[in-house]
Amino acid sequence: MDFDLTAEQRTAQAGFRQWVEQHVVPVADANDNREQTPPDLIAKLAAPGYLGALVAKEYGGEGMDALTWGLLCEEVGRGSASLLSLLTVHGMVIQSIAKWGTAAQRARWLPVLATGETIGAFGLTEPNVGSDAKSIQSIAVAQPDGSYVLNAEKRWISFGASANLILVIAKVNEKPTGFLVERNMPGFSSEPIYGMLGFRSANIARLIMRDVIIPPENLVGKVGFGFSHIAGTALDHGRYCVGWGCVGLAQAALDASLSYSGERYQFDVTLNKHQLIQEMLAEMIVNVKAARMLNYHSAFLKDRGDPSLIMETSMAKYFASRVAAQVTNAAVQIHGANGCSSDYPVQRYYRDAKIMEIIEGSNQMQQIIIAKSGYQQHLVAKRAARRSSAIEGEGK
Amino acid sequence: MGTIEEAVRGFLWQFISDQEVEGDHDLFGSGMVNSLFAMQLVLFVEKQYGITVANEDLDYENFKSVNAIVAFIQSKQ
Ligand SMILES: Cc1cc2nc3c(=O)[nH]c(=O)nc-3n(C[C@H](O)[C@H](O)[C@H](O)COP(=O)(O)OP(=O)(O)OC[C@H]3O[C@@H](n4cnc5c(N)ncnc54)[C@H](O)[C@@H]3O)c2cc1C
Repeated sequence: MDFDLTAEQRTAQAGFRQWVEQHVVPVADANDNREQTPPDLIAKLAAPGYLGALVAKEYGGEGMDALTWGLLCEEVGRGSASLLSLLTVHGMVIQSIAKWGTAAQRARWLPVLATGETIGAFGLTEPNVGSDAKSIQSIAVAQPDGSYVLNAEKRWISFGASANLILVIAKVNEKPTGFLVERNMPGFSSEPIYGMLGFRSANIARLIMRDVIIPPENLVGKVGFGFSHIAGTALDHGRYCVGWGCVGLAQAALDASLSYSGERYQFDVTLNKHQLIQEMLAEMIVNVKAARMLNYHSAFLKDRGDPSLIMETSMAKYFASRVAAQVTNAAVQIHGANGCSSDYPVQRYYRDAKIMEIIEGSNQMQQIIIAKSGYQQHLVAKRAARRSSAIEGEGK
Repeated sequence: MGTIEEAVRGFLWQFISDQEVEGDHDLFGSGMVNSLFAMQLVLFVEKQYGITVANEDLDYENFKSVNAIVAFIQSKQ
């Protein structure tokens, strides 16, 4: 087993780190206060090709491998969870179009998504429907000319206030279906949502679609596949990105804690000389490493296209988001009152980490599928053991 | 090397464990498998048989039963 990054991946990682230090870290708290990611930061993210990281080279993107993409998500997550969520939702749209779009959709949308000329967002959640996504109430009605009339309300949509291409999941005759909704379509409007606990600069919005006419060429995949395949692809990507972003967020909290506890004196020694603080630091260090390893594993499976990547990514997201929540909590504790003030970023990390436990399938949803899958694996192992002992018996 | 049907059944067992399924039993309609299975099935078919499942293949008839999946794989080979 090889845990080493290639020379190219190391160079890419160093570049991501430097970019985040230069462009994200200095403005992350101010954007959080302002509750907005300004367009110039999005343009800066587009300039080195990061918005097109997942787009194949033939469409003008970077065609990044899964691990390099994960490293980018980690670094951006270290700087700002809100900005990470742009990579997440923009990538969800890219992946859905790349996998399930028609040739015409790929040719039309992937190049402009790669440059950031078009910004993508993902609209699944509604005022009355979150975890139970199959029960969405948004409706699209097929018209004789092949178009659809969409009536939908989506809530908590990251970058919904500014994105111009939203992948919306709605039902056609009770069948979940994916549509590409363009901001300039008549009947579409958005309202920014302020005052969130975390992801405050994620340009979160409520989206309203009233009798929006969706041309047939904006249907993604086929009617009835919107949840299982279109959202399935998008959410797998989302969990992967968030899993890595959580490692970055936790690493930021850990770095801040190592630094602070080495400088702050109480009882005539620095905080890190107190064993109770050391216990916290040790837990943080080990948990961040463990979360990173789970993400490495899902990257490995993703690059191989292994079917088990779906469950392993769910586990990585689940674990990494819990670690982010625990580590950022400890980081605030180590910083004391300073950690509760806007002078230090750890309070932002703590608020953002809570969001990570809710998005891309809440952690309760992950627990349900992980436990079910674990039991299935147990039955498969039992069955295999029964079979091999039966074969051995026959041989005697 | 087993048959395509054996491979498909082998994959399916990971999700339905000890339940026996007829070749034309409707896997999705009967609620035997969940929506996460759908994407895992796509990945399995792609990886195992080196084929790409794309937009034009999104037809319930291609995935609904063991027989349907086997026929779909054969048609793409
Ligand atoms: C900052 C932020 C950004 C977001 N961005 C987007 C976005 O870009 N696009 C989008 O579509 N959505 C987005 N969401 C919405 C997010 O996906 C949902 O919040 C999430 O799916 C949970 O749904 P809910 O909030 O309606 O909670 P509910 O589904 O109402 O659940 C409430 C609580 O009950 C638990 N629960 C629910 N069902 C069960 C069960 N069966 N067993 C045990 N516990 C259960 C949940 O885990 C949760 O803790 C965002 C949310 C936030 C906070």
